[in-house]
Amino acid sequence: MISRLSDEKSRAAIAASIERRRVDARGLLFRTVLQACLLLTLALLAVLLITVAFDSTDQLGARFWDFLGGTLRSQSGDEQLGVHQAIYGSMWIAIIVALLAFPIGIGAAVYLEEYAPRNRFTSFIEVNIRNLAGVPSIVYGLLGLALLLNGQIFGLDRLTGGRSTLSGGITLAILVLPIVVITSGEAFRAVPTALREGAYGVGATKWEMIRTQVLPYAAPGILTGTLLSMARAIGEAAPLILVGAVTGRLGDNPGLFDLGALDERFTALPIVITSWTQQSGRDAGFATAAAAAIVVLLVFVLMMNSAAIGLRNRFEKKRG
Amino acid sequence: MTDMSVAYPERLTVDQLQIAPSRRHREAIIRYTLLVTALVSVLVSALIVWILLREAWTFITEVVWADTWGQQGWFPRRGLYDIPTIIVPSLIVTGIAMVVAGPLGLGAAVYLSEYANRRVRSWLKPALEILAGIPSVVLGFFALTWIAPNLVGPIGRNTFGVIGAVILLGYAAVSAGIAKAKIKQYREGVADPSARVGAVASLAMLVAVFAVAGAWILGVWLDFAPNNAGSLAAAGIGVGILTIPLVASISEDAMAAVPDSLREASAGLGARKMATATTVVLPAAISGIVAAFIVAISRAIGETMVVFMAGGAADAARFTDSPFEGGLTMTAAIASLASGTDSVVGEGLTFQSLYFVGLLLFLFTLTLNIIAARFVSKVREAY
Repeated sequence: MISRLSDEKSRAAIAASIERRRVDARGLLFRTVLQACLLLTLALLAVLLITVAFDSTDQLGARFWDFLGGTLRSQSGDEQLGVHQAIYGSMWIAIIVALLAFPIGIGAAVYLEEYAPRNRFTSFIEVNIRNLAGVPSIVYGLLGLALLLNGQIFGLDRLTGGRSTLSGGITLAILVLPIVVITSGEAFRAVPTALREGAYGVGATKWEMIRTQVLPYAAPGILTGTLLSMARAIGEAAPLILVGAVTGRLGDNPGLFDLGALDERFTALPIVITSWTQQSGRDAGFATAAAAAIVVLLVFVLMMNSAAIGLRNRFEKKRG
Repeated sequence: MTDMSVAYPERLTVDQLQIAPSRRHREAIIRYTLLVTALVSVLVSALIVWILLREAWTFITEVVWADTWGQQGWFPRRGLYDIPTIIVPSLIVTGIAMVVAGPLGLGAAVYLSEYANRRVRSWLKPALEILAGIPSVVLGFFALTWIAPNLVGPIGRNTFGVIGAVILLGYAAVSAGIAKAKIKQYREGVADPSARVGAVASLAMLVAVFAVAGAWILGVWLDFAPNNAGSLAAAGIGVGILTIPLVASISEDAMAAVPDSLREASAGLGARKMATATTVVLPAAISGIVAAFIVAISRAIGETMVVFMAGGAADAARFTDSPFEGGLTMTAAIASLASGTDSVVGEGLTFQSLYFVGLLLFLFTLTLNIIAARFVSKVREAY
């Protein structure tokens, strides 16, 4: 070894290889491939958004307010074709999800993070919630079908009126419940222990501590989670198919605040998109109607998502 | 003598130390209310399992088992429940989805975690999150109206042309490697002057082969009439796009959990960035990456709307094992049986068959999720 290093020629070679700047061709290729993966993904997203936007101009560009105010029709050329019932349906579903899933989900997260003793039963509940979050959405539809429509266990069909807005809303509330619990739980875990101890130190009870310290500190995180799960609920279609959302024609046309209509038949934006997409083979005009309905849905969903993302980033930055 | 009662204050009692009974009561009420909300999820799980098992049990005990295997297809309204007809397309769609989402998601994750600087990340991550938030019905529409005619159509129509183009591209890649080696030899002055000729010649060949392959692919792409027919391949690509953000975010979390000291040690030993990424970071994060793939598979199997809209089959399907034909996955079979008519009607066990398929689906995804959770906890243990 030593003899070789003292060799004049090897020394020159080593010096040359240290001093020379070589292009790392493999590394560059690797980096380019990685970039290509990301760019292709974003390109697909861009193509998706552009395709939908272009297709939708036939409806949204030509008859914007008519489309928003119109109803379900059997012909795509119908002047009254539109998504008004679907928007109301989706809004009511969102309200029901907010009223049911948010209090129960946040309550469960408070219990699991603040009260629950560290024992087997608690970890059973936690594992159970994580597994629920992975159950395919259509299985929740099967649950809604058996429980709320056919009334197989508690006779709940009398309460919900079978295929109704209420059934759809409850099913989706059950669907997003584990997501709300998990995201709120994360928000609670991020609360500094010092805040809790400070509250105890001035004589607060557990609940007073949670109400005055934990909940306000975790509020942005909880809000992020609830916004994301709300977006998920609004975009979800599979369970609604099973609880009987209307795809064809919806006779009644109730107003937004017509509470009596909650136990009547309903439709929702994702359902309308599905139905119109499937009908586009028979009647090509429905493809543009579906694209227009997608734009309406995406406006709601992306607004909630970007609000959630922005909120989270802002507080992450603030709290380091 | 001093008065003793002044020096010794009254004895404190337990009652004085305790908070007011009304406050204590409220605490207890709140605690039990919260416990009840936590138990709701247990109730939901129990209901799901109970309902699936109850209806599926009726199906299992009453169905003619000869009609569930080797039949011509899935025709639940006629009492033909050929299980392979819905399992095989599920596997095809999941397989295609993973071919799309695996490399793209993992590549994006490696780039975000190892290469991208803070400014680039602050742009790219929200973009991926937007993709993650897009509802599956939107991907279903996209799969049927764009992917099917523009991507799957040409491939399905010209399978041989595509195979030819892939072979040509492979050949081009090999000749690229040869050209690179020749150029390297020439630059380092190892070989004689003829290496220069060799380098130029192989470069020219590379350009030629790429040109032919490109022309071939273009030809394949141009030689088709757009159609709007859905297929399992179109649905699979759609599901793949849907699961890219999932793969990317879980793998990136796993790579972010790898301590920087490992990267620094690797760099200190003289490894380049690529070597660090592939031989240090990826192996260290492998459990999390495996978990990402398993979760994505589970999500792909459970995805309903994309297949229901772009899978190219109505409420019944013949057996198919070709990705370029229409078919029903387990999820699409449930959805299509429940839609269309007002109630699930047909031969006696039609309604129960929904729950049987649902049970299969539930067991598949539950198993996958439990395995994935094991892998994730391994990552947590390691670092």
